[in-house]
Amino acid sequence: MRFFKIITARPWLGEETAYSAEFDAALGADGLATLKTKRMGLFIFIGVATALFGLFAVAYYMRMMMGGWHMLMEPLILWPNTLILMVGGGLMQWASWLSKQGNVPRAKQAFFAGGIAGLLFLGGQLLAWQELIELGCYAEVNPANAFFYVITGLHGLHLMGGLFVWGNALFKTMGDASPAAITASIELCDYYWHFMLAVWIAIFALLVVT
Amino acid sequence: MTEDNATDTEAEDHGPTTFLTKYVWSQDHKVIAIQYGLTAIAIGLVALVLSWLMRMQLGFPGALEFVDQEAYYQYATMHGMIMVIYLLTAIFLGGFGNYLIPLMVGARDMVFPYLNMLSYWVYLIAVLVLVSSFFVPGGPTGAGWTLYPPQSILEGTPGYDWGIILMLTSLVIFIIAFTMGGLNYVTTILQARARGMTLMRMPLTVWGIFVATFMGLLAFPVLFVSGVMLLLDRVIGTSFFVPEIISMGEPLAYGGGSPLLFQHLFWFFGHPEVYIVALPAFGIVSDLLSIHARKNIFGYRMMVWALIGIGALSFIVWAHHMYVSGMDPAFGFFFAVTTLIIAVPTAIKVYNWVLTLWRGDIHLTIPMLFSISFVLTFVFGGLTGLFLGNVVVDVPLSDTYFVVAHFHMVMGVAPIMVVFGAIYHWYPKMTGRMLNGPMGQIHFWVTFLGTYAIYFPMHYLGFVGVPRRYYGYEDIEFIPQSVHDLNAAITVAALFVGVVQLLFLYNLVWSLKRGELAGGNPWRATSLEWQTPNTPPVHGNWGKNMPQVHRWAYDFSVPGADKDFMPQNMPRQSFEAADVHKLDPDPPTAGPPSDDPALPPREGEA
Repeated sequence: MRFFKIITARPWLGEETAYSAEFDAALGADGLATLKTKRMGLFIFIGVATALFGLFAVAYYMRMMMGGWHMLMEPLILWPNTLILMVGGGLMQWASWLSKQGNVPRAKQAFFAGGIAGLLFLGGQLLAWQELIELGCYAEVNPANAFFYVITGLHGLHLMGGLFVWGNALFKTMGDASPAAITASIELCDYYWHFMLAVWIAIFALLVVT
Repeated sequence: MTEDNATDTEAEDHGPTTFLTKYVWSQDHKVIAIQYGLTAIAIGLVALVLSWLMRMQLGFPGALEFVDQEAYYQYATMHGMIMVIYLLTAIFLGGFGNYLIPLMVGARDMVFPYLNMLSYWVYLIAVLVLVSSFFVPGGPTGAGWTLYPPQSILEGTPGYDWGIILMLTSLVIFIIAFTMGGLNYVTTILQARARGMTLMRMPLTVWGIFVATFMGLLAFPVLFVSGVMLLLDRVIGTSFFVPEIISMGEPLAYGGGSPLLFQHLFWFFGHPEVYIVALPAFGIVSDLLSIHARKNIFGYRMMVWALIGIGALSFIVWAHHMYVSGMDPAFGFFFAVTTLIIAVPTAIKVYNWVLTLWRGDIHLTIPMLFSISFVLTFVFGGLTGLFLGNVVVDVPLSDTYFVVAHFHMVMGVAPIMVVFGAIYHWYPKMTGRMLNGPMGQIHFWVTFLGTYAIYFPMHYLGFVGVPRRYYGYEDIEFIPQSVHDLNAAITVAALFVGVVQLLFLYNLVWSLKRGELAGGNPWRATSLEWQTPNTPPVHGNWGKNMPQVHRWAYDFSVPGADKDFMPQNMPRQSFEAADVHKLDPDPPTAGPPSDDPALPPREGEA
């Protein structure tokens, strides 16, 4: 509704508007983007990435209808992997909550552990790949295999991007960053971890169901 | 480029000082914009030369010996891909988007300057990877710009060994670059507007770039997906898109994939891409027409709604590129209907442009000439689109020069007219000097008349039934002599149009030092970029005081005002408050504007 209200405004009438400080909110005093701006940037990126994974899901579904498709037995290790990623998401959530409560030292620990969970998940995914390769399930043999490698690989790459940011933030928390900056970093990583988890669960469900 | 006026503001300018940080590893949106623009123009020149070579072969078969069949297809492929993606998309969004968004909405810079810089350098890598395919064994891919599998990745197509891999890699890199830039543009528009700059007070240029960027962020992932999958098909032999194929009597290792799947993915990107290029052009041309006709844009809200409507509709018309690929007639009907519906918001825009000119104080400046020629060309190309949007008409015309004429008119010539108009219009802001007028006149008239000399006859070629994508027509019986004569004439016109672009480039360089000094606001325009304290704007754009916006961007020739334009940051004046009701023939039901509840205070988060 608000969108509708905005685009039906009559700019030519030109009433003075009573906007407050929010128009200065994009950049802080240090000239860097504020949390609100970064959050919006992150959400837009999440939108783009959702489109990307959604398209792979559509392509997967459409290709499944065509010839040469053989069911893929998902490696069992994917189940504990999923659990690890869930734990990681939970830890990030906890870290975010702690830092907002003001318990920054504890939050840092949880934040660190959440990132480690992400790393473990990546390692687990590599094990899953290795298992498939040992079974002779190469990408060119069966399109289901190929999709498995591509989608999990892309998810892994996105997670690696997240881990890069996490590493940066970790570096910052060890330095002399203000508690507010640390809270902001943790919050953004928290969002991204949840997004990665949601994408993974969607992918995994698609793989298991088919 | 920004040296001339920079010295007098040393005190306020905390920007980078060394050459390297100022012009190379710059995080300033204006420098990045110019880097984007120059790179796009450079690679566009390559595509221009390629089109010359193709035209030479078509007009004077065999005149250039090195243009053989393979080379011809390679040129056609690279010409198309470069023009659509690496020139038009990059210059509109990376170039004009980068330069104009922060200035027009009143921000100091993009909200993520570092990401912005990265975006340019990644784009440059994409361009270099693309160019490198000219130098690998087998040369660039000759698969056609649509890269349809299976032919694009199988032996027999030029460049199947290296060219196609580099092409797909380059596209993937480009998309990464675009995503970084696009995130910036959208977030900046939503978050970093100056006080008082409501969304509906933004110039239409910003609206066009905004909607186009949104579309790009949704559409480019599709190209990414299809690009990655095609790359895997080529490199490790998966069968996403390739069916069972018998080649020279031997079955290939592929099997079960669907080329149609690729076509759907490609065009689900490809059609929005047309509007990713067109919407910024629509936006810019709206502003140019309004400024140079000294009249407010007709139907501002309609223009915004039409932009959004076109953007949304363009995602459900993609299969009209695939009528001859074979599809259920019901689908064909559906896509023909959606395609024709797009004509409604597009026609609204065209009427509004014409009505903006009507009884305006038209100044036939060079930006205005280009803008008017855009409207003419766009209407022309749009009308042939109505032909092609209908399945029954499209099927016989689909593989003829009619299609070539149509898409060059509507998404080649029309947007490039706007690019030129915009460069003539904003060059004074970027450099502090006007572009040379007489050179501009020659450039405009030769380009405008020349492109018509090229593409008008092509419609006729299409009706005669001349197939497109052919290397030569010498020994084909049904092709009359008139076609050969026409092809020669088109080639001559194309050479002239090409040469005059070199004059334009010369003008860009010449005017840098010798152009007439422009001052801060040579066109007497209202939008914020013309109100900067320095021209060219220095790092941070606004000096100490951020602009405050009091009005929309189209207060031209307001009755009772001293001057015929009122800048957006000019406070409201007494006569305006009294006149509001008289100017508004349809008093708002909610009462006079002062009682009108202001927009919700947290509007910036929309």
